[in-house]
Amino acid sequence: MANIISDETIEYVGILAKLELSSEEKEVAKKDLADMLNYIDKLSELDTTGVEPMSHVFSAGNVMREDVVTNGDGSEDTLSNAPSRKDDTFIVPKTVEG
Amino acid sequence: MAKNYETVIGLEVHVELATKTKIFCGCTTEFGGAPNTHTCPVCTGQPGSLPVLNKQVVEYAAAVGLATNCTITQDCKFDRKNYFYPDNPQNYQISQLYLPICRDGHVDIELEDGTKKAVRIHEIHMEEDAGKLVHDDWEDVSYVDYNRSGVPLIEIVSEPDMRSAEEVIAYLEKLRLTIQYLGASDCKLNEGSMRADVNLSVREVGASEFGTRTEMKNLNSFRAIARAIENERARQIDIIESGGKVVQETRRWDDNKEYSYAMRSKEDAQDYRYFPDPDLVPVHISDEWLEEIKSRQPELKPEKMVRYKEEFGLPDYDIGIITDHKKLADIFEETTAICNNPKKVSNWLMGETMRIMKEKNEDPENINFSPANLAELIEMVDKGEINGKVAKEVFTHVYEDNIEPKKYVEEKGLKMDDNADDLRKTVEEIVSANPKSVEDFKSGKKQAMGFLVGQVMRASGGKANPQMVNQLLSEILLNM
Amino acid sequence: MNELCNLTAVELGKKIAAGETDAVAAMQAVIENIEAKEDELNCYVTFDKEAALKRAKEVKKLMDEGKLSGPLAGVPVAIKDNMCTKGMLTTCSSKILSNFVPTYSSEAVINLEKAGAVIIGKTNMDEFAMGSTTETSAYGVTKNPRNTEHVPGGSSGGSAAAVAADECFFALGSDTGGSIRQPASYCGVVGLKPTYGTVSRYGLIAYGSSLDQIGPLCKDVTDCATIMDIIASYDPKDSTSIKREKYDFTSALKEDVKGMKIGIPRTYFKEGLDGEVKDAVLKAVDVLKQRGAIVSEFDLDLVDYAIPTYYTIADAEASSNLERFDGVKYGYRAKEYDGLHNMYKKTRSEGFGPEVKRRIMLGSFVLSSGYYDAYYLKALKVKALIKKAFDDAFTKYDVIIGPVAPTTAPKLGASLSDPIKMYLSDIYTISLNLAGLPGLSIPVGKDKSGLPIGMQLIGDCFKEDNIIRAGYTYEQAVK
Ligand SMILES: [Mg+2]
Ligand SMILES: [Zn+2]
Repeated sequence: MANIISDETIEYVGILAKLELSSEEKEVAKKDLADMLNYIDKLSELDTTGVEPMSHVFSAGNVMREDVVTNGDGSEDTLSNAPSRKDDTFIVPKTVEG
Repeated sequence: MAKNYETVIGLEVHVELATKTKIFCGCTTEFGGAPNTHTCPVCTGQPGSLPVLNKQVVEYAAAVGLATNCTITQDCKFDRKNYFYPDNPQNYQISQLYLPICRDGHVDIELEDGTKKAVRIHEIHMEEDAGKLVHDDWEDVSYVDYNRSGVPLIEIVSEPDMRSAEEVIAYLEKLRLTIQYLGASDCKLNEGSMRADVNLSVREVGASEFGTRTEMKNLNSFRAIARAIENERARQIDIIESGGKVVQETRRWDDNKEYSYAMRSKEDAQDYRYFPDPDLVPVHISDEWLEEIKSRQPELKPEKMVRYKEEFGLPDYDIGIITDHKKLADIFEETTAICNNPKKVSNWLMGETMRIMKEKNEDPENINFSPANLAELIEMVDKGEINGKVAKEVFTHVYEDNIEPKKYVEEKGLKMDDNADDLRKTVEEIVSANPKSVEDFKSGKKQAMGFLVGQVMRASGGKANPQMVNQLLSEILLNM
Repeated sequence: MNELCNLTAVELGKKIAAGETDAVAAMQAVIENIEAKEDELNCYVTFDKEAALKRAKEVKKLMDEGKLSGPLAGVPVAIKDNMCTKGMLTTCSSKILSNFVPTYSSEAVINLEKAGAVIIGKTNMDEFAMGSTTETSAYGVTKNPRNTEHVPGGSSGGSAAAVAADECFFALGSDTGGSIRQPASYCGVVGLKPTYGTVSRYGLIAYGSSLDQIGPLCKDVTDCATIMDIIASYDPKDSTSIKREKYDFTSALKEDVKGMKIGIPRTYFKEGLDGEVKDAVLKAVDVLKQRGAIVSEFDLDLVDYAIPTYYTIADAEASSNLERFDGVKYGYRAKEYDGLHNMYKKTRSEGFGPEVKRRIMLGSFVLSSGYYDAYYLKALKVKALIKKAFDDAFTKYDVIIGPVAPTTAPKLGASLSDPIKMYLSDIYTISLNLAGLPGLSIPVGKDKSGLPIGMQLIGDCFKEDNIIRAGYTYEQAVK
């Protein structure tokens, strides 16, 4: 079954992915996404009943740290690439609407 | 006639765990600090950085789960919850959706009128906290500080089992007490180490279906929670009565204005696209490890109450008050272990300690004095080194500045004065300076004795041994 | 050309150790080559001659003082630009990281530096490693040094081309679906994708976290094993790092395949495979057979399902991994915007190129509400089946051999117009990433237009020794 991607879907995925597409880009994206989904739909040919989804190839057991402080003052490094900075903080557009 | 409505409430409680380091990096969780000083590549989402789980987080989360009668998921996983917000440096929060560490528990609560009820816990999951946003008063910008980013949280999700603000607060208090007893968190609502989001809906009494619920955020005190519940209940009933429909949404409580507003934006699709975090491996809690955690579970309030009765013979009333706060119970036990005088320790805690606390409007969690100093004070009174009045005064300094009583009494010269010769001289001086009172006493006015004792005590700077004063006075007056 | 440049990394290391040359002279030789060829090839995104020489001088000094030695001490190396290098621009060939200077180095780079390798610069790649041609880079295409009308492959195209053009002695690449092996094949060099978890991912800017693996691109199998000895490590900072029994790869450099069981998957040699590629690979297999390997054909299941599985998983992970590029903490931020969400959208729309956007969109979609089970979860289940198909095969074979890619390097500009066609070029490499397996790409000849052909040797997990041994045996036989 061929997938058809609606304007709403592309709009919605754009909100999720925080991408703003021009109207031409949207048309291309609709086609690309539909093509890819048609292609991925090939997977539905396979019967996977009872198969455990594999998110990790190996299970090497637990990986954990002890609760010990290993880091000191990291502020200079943390802020060194800030696109917009005031003193020791990052500046962003206001996050609450007045 | 107005219809009868029932309020249906479920809670999502976030608790900051008392670990030394963050959940996925070795940065300190210490409160405060200049902005972004407690950060590293991991907790600020630097490209290429990777998380490594703090073992203590798993142990605390499991301990809370065990204490709230949950089943522990021995193979649990972390998932990513994707949403863009600047307090969240990766723009996804590492949390647990598919396999949370604890499930299906319950907390038993008791209401003022003695009603008992179980509030079911749907799940407890581990996750990371977000950074802090400070909004500029003048410009259209906010400032981001990632010191809190990555501080470990557990989120305790209840079933919609509560029906009133009273039940909610009883549940929260029980949860708080339990978690404090476990040492898993200090659970301070005002500092944000315990935060409750309230899911609330209303329905006509007798209805079997739930109404549409809203989620209320930013509740920083029990008072705010109670007010917000009342307010939201009224708002939803208003909407229904006027023929409207409650919209499922997240609302933010404004404590100053005592009202809530919807946190909606068309840019916030509530679609978190959860999926297993490929950077973290599943957590396996073996039977042995689980046993180990179980064996380390501390004594909780009910067991403590029984033991206090048996071991210390304290009255029920004292036991109830002292075990109601982990901190008080800890101080009680540590002090008693030093001075071996349970009832006197209990008296100091229930009397002077509670009095000062109330006066200063403080929580037991904020008590800072060391049990050794209280024990020392109790011993000094016992040995007659200071009198009760001086002891109370010294205690205020123990409470406030954790001074060492012996040293303090020495320095301030507050030691009880039982040099009989000196005292006799003072008594004689007071007697000769107050002929009127002596006359009154002789004519049978016994109150005059009290006045004279007071004068002697004052003259001695409060240090005189009151028993000796009484004795000397009687002796001198009778011989006159 | 300076004759030092003809040496392999290990040969150069020996000369330096013997005092016949030094780190600075080696760096100068490489720099001469870069200056002569870079204008045409564009292998590097970041190359600072003075800084590179300064690093070489520091290493030389340490070596002179006897504080540093080892097989690769003093040898110049190029690093793919998706690995963090402290104080050195790291762009992922993207505009969104055009100004990003990491404050720490990736673990693999630290391991190399400890061993005395000297970083030349950062190599070009497909933007965020998304591509098979190095044409999606924001910093221009890299050309194939064997024929500059052709692509070098990708995404580690800059690294492969730099090795092929002697613009470095060896390079690090990363491989999510074939991104080391395929460009190695197109450029006629050796490339290894190790078993997942062998080289730390700490400091590697993630594309598909469950698939990404760092590995070497180099001149021969001896170099490959020597580099692996250095970069492979157990790293507690990477939770997916595996503590292996041994970190010795050079001991597998043996000219001996007697009794080695080699499986040839028929499905890898079906339609779609270029005839010249097929012949070259089968001829190379014959060489191993003559040396005593036992070769048999078999049916490897599920080959056709690897690509859709891969793109679902890789793009889902990528959509999440790339969320952090938002203009708040580092990198590019749009100049004009109206409010927070608009800032996010403008920054990301201006900062990412079309291929990255395409994959982020697909990845966001397959994870979105209502589609997770049908796409993402389904793909994780098929991944389990693919892994099982390999597990079964490795009960019978020590090494599986096939082509690296269906064709030799395509012409510049020929692939980008049809994404799915481009994705198909990864058909033989991709399933190794899904199953975590190691794969070695070695040159086995050229097609009639002179473009290199690569053979892929696939080993079971943690069995790099088998493919290194087979690769080395072949290499020695045809030398
Ligand atoms: Mg949560
Ligand atoms: Zn940190």
